[in-house]
Amino acid sequence: MNRILASKAVSNVYRLRIPWRPFSNDAACPNAGNPETGSEAQQYDIAIVGGGMVGLAFACSLASKPLTKHLNVAIVDSNPALGRKHFIKKDDLPDPRVSTITPASISFLKDIGAWQFVEQHRHAYFDKMQVWDYTGLSYAKYNARDADKEVLGCVVENKVLLSSLLSHVQDTDMLKKIYPSRLTSMSILPNSSSSEVGSTLSMTALFTHGRLAKLELEDGNSLYAKLVVGADGGKSRVRELAGIRTTGWNYTQNAIICTVEHALENHCAWQRFLPSGPLALLPIGDKFSNIVWTMTPEESSEYKSMTEDDFLKAVNHALDYGYGPHPTSSILGSSDLFSWFKGGISSSTSDCFEVPPKAVKLASERMAFPLSLRHANDYASKRVALIGDAAHTVHPLAGQGVNLGFGDASSLSSVISEGIAVGTDIGEVSLLKKYEADRKPANVTMMAVLDGFQKAYSVDFGPLNILRAAAFHGAHHISPLKKSIISYASGELRLPLFA
Amino acid sequence: MASSKLLSQPRWHRLLRRNLPNARLFSGLPSQHPVSVPEPQNHGDPKSNNTFKTASSAPSSLKEAELAKFAAISDTWWDSEGPFKPLHNMNPTRLAFIRSTLCRHFRKDPLSARPFEGLRIIDVGCGGGILSEPLARMGAIVTGIDAVEKNIKIARLHANMDPTTSNIEYCCTTAEKLVDEQRKFDAVIALEVIEHVADSAEFCKSLSALTAHEGATVVSTLNRSMRSYASAIVAAEYLLHWLPKGTHQWSSFLTPEELTMILKRASVDVKEMAGFVFNPITGRWSLSDDISVNYIAFGTKDTNEE
Repeated sequence: MNRILASKAVSNVYRLRIPWRPFSNDAACPNAGNPETGSEAQQYDIAIVGGGMVGLAFACSLASKPLTKHLNVAIVDSNPALGRKHFIKKDDLPDPRVSTITPASISFLKDIGAWQFVEQHRHAYFDKMQVWDYTGLSYAKYNARDADKEVLGCVVENKVLLSSLLSHVQDTDMLKKIYPSRLTSMSILPNSSSSEVGSTLSMTALFTHGRLAKLELEDGNSLYAKLVVGADGGKSRVRELAGIRTTGWNYTQNAIICTVEHALENHCAWQRFLPSGPLALLPIGDKFSNIVWTMTPEESSEYKSMTEDDFLKAVNHALDYGYGPHPTSSILGSSDLFSWFKGGISSSTSDCFEVPPKAVKLASERMAFPLSLRHANDYASKRVALIGDAAHTVHPLAGQGVNLGFGDASSLSSVISEGIAVGTDIGEVSLLKKYEADRKPANVTMMAVLDGFQKAYSVDFGPLNILRAAAFHGAHHISPLKKSIISYASGELRLPLFA
Repeated sequence: MASSKLLSQPRWHRLLRRNLPNARLFSGLPSQHPVSVPEPQNHGDPKSNNTFKTASSAPSSLKEAELAKFAAISDTWWDSEGPFKPLHNMNPTRLAFIRSTLCRHFRKDPLSARPFEGLRIIDVGCGGGILSEPLARMGAIVTGIDAVEKNIKIARLHANMDPTTSNIEYCCTTAEKLVDEQRKFDAVIALEVIEHVADSAEFCKSLSALTAHEGATVVSTLNRSMRSYASAIVAAEYLLHWLPKGTHQWSSFLTPEELTMILKRASVDVKEMAGFVFNPITGRWSLSDDISVNYIAFGTKDTNEE
């Protein structure tokens, strides 16, 4: 037993890469009884590091389940907005940071009780989508009715989502405390036996025997938790401190985001694949739309700095005749070619190509950020689990990023609930690995699909262009395929093409 | 007429009725089987003389050689990748059955995180405490007993690491000795033990004696069938090396009918039974109606003893 423990201790220490500070040297140690250090460290069941959309959704999910709502939860995030209950006003201009929420995520948010708050603020359901590229060879139109749905998704500003989730979490009875600070260090020691008998083990003793993780924050506070959930984004500190490696690469692309205004309301999502990246126009409600334009880093600095009028002209041009002609209904022959594939006519097959509405005014500043693909090799280690962007970051071209994160939050809270039902210690690796086994295949598949799209569109090569056009054409005319694509993008199918 | 009555009963109950006339059932009672002595283990236990004598005042249902087998690997109880890995994997599934049957029987809220609050439960043959600790976390007052001293030591050390489990009472003793002490428990649980005892009928009588009035008894074991020979002996011990060779003796397995009979004779009415099946693709165990290999039975103490 001792040999096993020792070898595990060695491997743990090397993996954790954390200096273990003995308590006598730690000036902020609560047990030293030093009155200058401030409040005593508290013990929590779960410490959620990162109070963003996914972290708060996870907290709401725990609060909505009968077996987990009694847990004591700490949320660590230095964003001052979390301290205020209502930080958005209804007549604010729309923020350019938006997310497209798939129907599956909408039902998750409804289940945890947060969606009602979203509907009180600006949001835009859309039921139509048009996708085409610069070659003008073909296009695809999707309508929610093709898959017997009402909507394809809903576009919501991130700050609206955040505020809704925060209001809901504050409303629930679950014990929670928000720590408005940043995580500086985390220690988790290997399991060891205690010769003390009885239930009077102190927090520090439990930590020394590996039953609790210790978190230290920038403002000097410390806390202990049975489980640390890293929801702190692509540059996750929890992931770094837990020694979990990542695989991935940077795309040589930046995305520019901004809000534009139209003369009329827009209810359709538009995406055109241009030579250096896709340009997406998403409705966000009240005649506003959000632009996500992926391009090379040089182009992005140019577009960010040009005047507003020039930028609007460029956007309208890119969505219209820029880079290539309008697609006609098909160049590969009439739709009779696919008539034997069709499993029933879908309503959007007969829709012809439309030009997106013109942007008349720029309603926000332009922001640019680099794009990358990153995937954590493990989602869980002892007493640590990663959800959301901390576990995976993807290309925004299909609006899937935060939806994968919501899927993670839902899965992890289910796994924890099942674990508590059978009396498991929630920090046990074997339990957390069940969450990983549930989410990893779905996430990796989605990332592969998106990466495949990104690579397929980064090459301008005649035969490849025709192939892409054929793919578009097939997706537009073959109804079962279209239905399958819509279901997968809506979050209902875990793996593509398997109904 | 008989057929319509049959169809209204659960499937395993029908199996029982169908097989009752089978002469093998009655002649197949374990007490008539010779006690099989496996190869001598490296632990020469000086106390091994007493256990096979049925004439002693407190007949023990233990098989000394079986104890020695477990004593040899007791250090690895909590190594979830070690020889007890299948037990660790199966544990959540066993607990799910126990949780649902006990919550229903004792009318406890199944949505509570600590549904067993106030219940006294004994884990007979607790080993390293793999079952006792989750039961304690679910709120029960747990007593764990095992005949191997090393197991109790390891169980106690591990339970002390978590304040929610450090209240578990561990004793190195046998069910028979506790009966002599007239201890009673609301629920008596003996999982994967009965196939290792010498006299399963006596063992069941002890389990029943430990069960309080209107209490519950839960026993799990392996079925003595062709499928269990193929899975639990050939596959698990020889092919996949999940279990050390010689862990199980197929001849000491009990069929569900036999277990139900001997529990009935010990005044325990078997009310529910379920099987555990392993899905090799997902690597997970789940509850099912298939009782041909691993199965678990939940019974209640007969209130009117004849």
